[in-house]
Amino acid sequence: MPELLQFAFSGLTVGAVYALVALGFTLIYNASDVVNFAQGEFVMLGGMITVFLHLAGLPIPVAAFAAILITVLVGLALYAFAIDLARGSGAVQIIIITIGASIFLRGVAQVIFDKRFHALPAWFGSEPIRLGGAAILPQSLVVLAGAALIVALIFLMIDRTILGRAILATATNRLAARLVGIPVRRIVALSFALSAAIGAVAGLLVTPITLTSYDVGTLMALKGFAAAMLGGMGSAPGAIVGGVLLGLAESFGAGLISSKYKDAIAFLIILFTLFVRPQGLFGKRSTERV
Amino acid sequence: MERLLRNRWALVVALALILAALPLVFPSNYYFRVAALVNIFALAAIGLNLLMGYAGQVSLGHAGFMGIGAYAVAIGASRFGLNGAVAMLAGAAMAGLLAFLVGRPILRLKGHYLAVATLGLGLLISMVLTNEAGWTGGPDGMAVPRLELFGTRLRGPDTWYMITAGALVLGVILALNLIESPTGRAMRAIHDSEIAARVVGVDVAAYKLKIFVISAVYASIAGSLMAFLNGHITPDGTAGFLRSVELVTMVVLGGLGSVLGAIVGAAMLVILPQALTIFHEYEHLLLGLIIMASMILLPRGVIPSLLARLRGGGA
Amino acid sequence: MSTLLETENLSIAFGGITAVDQVSLAVAPGQIHSIIGPNGAGKTTLFNLISGLYQPSSGRVKLAGEEVTGLPPEQLARRGLSRSFQNLQIFFRMSAVENVMVGCHRHERTGILSHLLALPNVRAENRNSREIAMAQLARVGLADLAEKEAGSLSYGALKRLEIARALATEPRILLLDEPAAGCNPVETEEIDRVIHDVAKAGIAILLVEHDMRLVMRISDEITVLERGRKLVSGKPEAVREDPRVIAAYLGTFGSEEANRA
Repeated sequence: MPELLQFAFSGLTVGAVYALVALGFTLIYNASDVVNFAQGEFVMLGGMITVFLHLAGLPIPVAAFAAILITVLVGLALYAFAIDLARGSGAVQIIIITIGASIFLRGVAQVIFDKRFHALPAWFGSEPIRLGGAAILPQSLVVLAGAALIVALIFLMIDRTILGRAILATATNRLAARLVGIPVRRIVALSFALSAAIGAVAGLLVTPITLTSYDVGTLMALKGFAAAMLGGMGSAPGAIVGGVLLGLAESFGAGLISSKYKDAIAFLIILFTLFVRPQGLFGKRSTERV
Repeated sequence: MERLLRNRWALVVALALILAALPLVFPSNYYFRVAALVNIFALAAIGLNLLMGYAGQVSLGHAGFMGIGAYAVAIGASRFGLNGAVAMLAGAAMAGLLAFLVGRPILRLKGHYLAVATLGLGLLISMVLTNEAGWTGGPDGMAVPRLELFGTRLRGPDTWYMITAGALVLGVILALNLIESPTGRAMRAIHDSEIAARVVGVDVAAYKLKIFVISAVYASIAGSLMAFLNGHITPDGTAGFLRSVELVTMVVLGGLGSVLGAIVGAAMLVILPQALTIFHEYEHLLLGLIIMASMILLPRGVIPSLLARLRGGGA
Repeated sequence: MSTLLETENLSIAFGGITAVDQVSLAVAPGQIHSIIGPNGAGKTTLFNLISGLYQPSSGRVKLAGEEVTGLPPEQLARRGLSRSFQNLQIFFRMSAVENVMVGCHRHERTGILSHLLALPNVRAENRNSREIAMAQLARVGLADLAEKEAGSLSYGALKRLEIARALATEPRILLLDEPAAGCNPVETEEIDRVIHDVAKAGIAILLVEHDMRLVMRISDEITVLERGRKLVSGKPEAVREDPRVIAAYLGTFGSEEANRA
């Protein structure tokens, strides 16, 4: 029993991070139909920049804030100097561009930082909290709370603000949004900035637990993408549910079946889900109109 | 020039001549090795291009099939004492069989969902190769016994250059044949409109499956050849996610729906990193930049963009 | 006259809305049967049901006396039913003649291994399919454009290309969904001629069309749909005079057409 609780907690923690990455995927996808494989690099940048600014003598909160800001600028630059220039290209072509961007960002990180693993101190120490026989790292709670806060903020913004309405309108129908005067390109740029910020926060929240290095982005992008697809591409609630489910599947798979095959178990679950629901858990079934 | 690029036999003859002439200018074994790698990746990219560029179905897990081919020759020779060539054929059969078995449910998915499913498939294969260390040597990989044909041990990059060049030419011929056949027309039709293909009697699911199997076999053969050339293989080096991404990039960069494009794309992505190693730590940075720039400047891929320009202003 | 295609009480509902409601109709070989009705009457949905793209909620479809309800389109094509589309479904990256050659698919017999090896029988089959495709292109007046990439053809040409492609399957019944929409008068005349020519060859035709002059001129029988239901069915003259049609349909449609003009 305590093991199950343990698995659930570690699954939720990892799942929260996947959910954030998946949410980043979804925001950009909804605004622009772009599947941004550089999303994982935002997570890497959030962690790595905080680490190195902290090493350079800045206190962690300042370093973290600067890291988010810099990552947002990187996100905007990715939009302005790559995605926007490739407007009108096919979906696969744009994916290749984001993959190129991800290789580039990894290359930059390798040059500016280094190729070693780095940690950040946990916010509230690393003395585990005992709960029902399970040991929970305080940082796990920070990750969960942080993820919940971000999700709440994003949903509130989309639901309650004019800006959120504009994002929603752009996601629903870009042409119609443009016709009623919504500055669609600025909205898309904003979605890149938001996704970058979300990724950076995820990165700096989770670094005390999982460590970070210049090349953690690939795996993050992979998992985030998978989570977004599991939930149903374009669905924000789907992204979150998909991320959490993926984290739980990995954690329970590793604990109960085989730790070597935890990723395999997660992907088997995704494959079977898609066989049953080809549009993901929350995705809308599209009927082809002829 | 355009005519020449369009005529399939002219293309094959030109390719064969270039491949035969290159050794005359290669100064060292290193060049043979890199060129052999180009041939190998071009072969895999041609297979993937049949699936992506012609039938319009993406696969983000194709390196998994390369891994099957690579490990088939390594394990077949070292554990079962099979001749390398036989093991290569067995690997191709296994890759084809696996593609056949999983293809139908996977290929029902569309677009990004298909991408994630194939990604998962590739990941599963590479995980098995990594974790079943008793067979595969685990993450550090395993040695590949030299191929022996008619009593001679095939070694040396120059020998393997010739063999892979032959395989590439053969792969090009088969692909071009397929494209200009009823199957080729059916798969190109599926790319543009599945519904229209169906109402004129094309069994879309069956054709997707056939192309998937063929492209898996191409990848598997390429994987086997890579194993022979390198003499040592690892799961990440043959079947990893980044390898799959690399294959897709080759196809798109060179030009979706262009056999010649797949070769050009493979050459770019094999030679560039080799050339960029002189920039040491700036290697990845530059590689990423070049991929982004070429995709932005030549969105349709190198060869189709070139053809459009030759035709006069992309008319 | 024997019937070739028959629907019996065919219905489909999408989320509570019955788009096609209990529609029964019959078409004989060589007959031109038009379906008319205002936008949203369910004409295209009915076509999608008959051609196997949608599964009916209830009712049956019979082809040459055989029940084919719910069969997928590729199997219906093999039994001699093909169609064109209101919104073009063209293989844009292929040449015009290759588009039509895809229509020959159901008669091609060579296997994939011989395709890879380009065996002589494949080359013969390619030649044969090309000949058939050229003949169909000539039939719809597109022979000159055979080698052009389909993506570069005009809208009116593409409409006829779809008909040629469907004809290449050697159908017994052809479903044409607004073949003259967006065509100029010359092209419409050409399509009129093609439809007549096809019917004369003994092929049954089910036609959805908004061009009333064309419909009245060429139809042997007309079925009027309104909100998914069959309102009236009969000869063109009878339908034109029917008070229910005039009241419930032609009135609104007439003004619609006036708006368009």
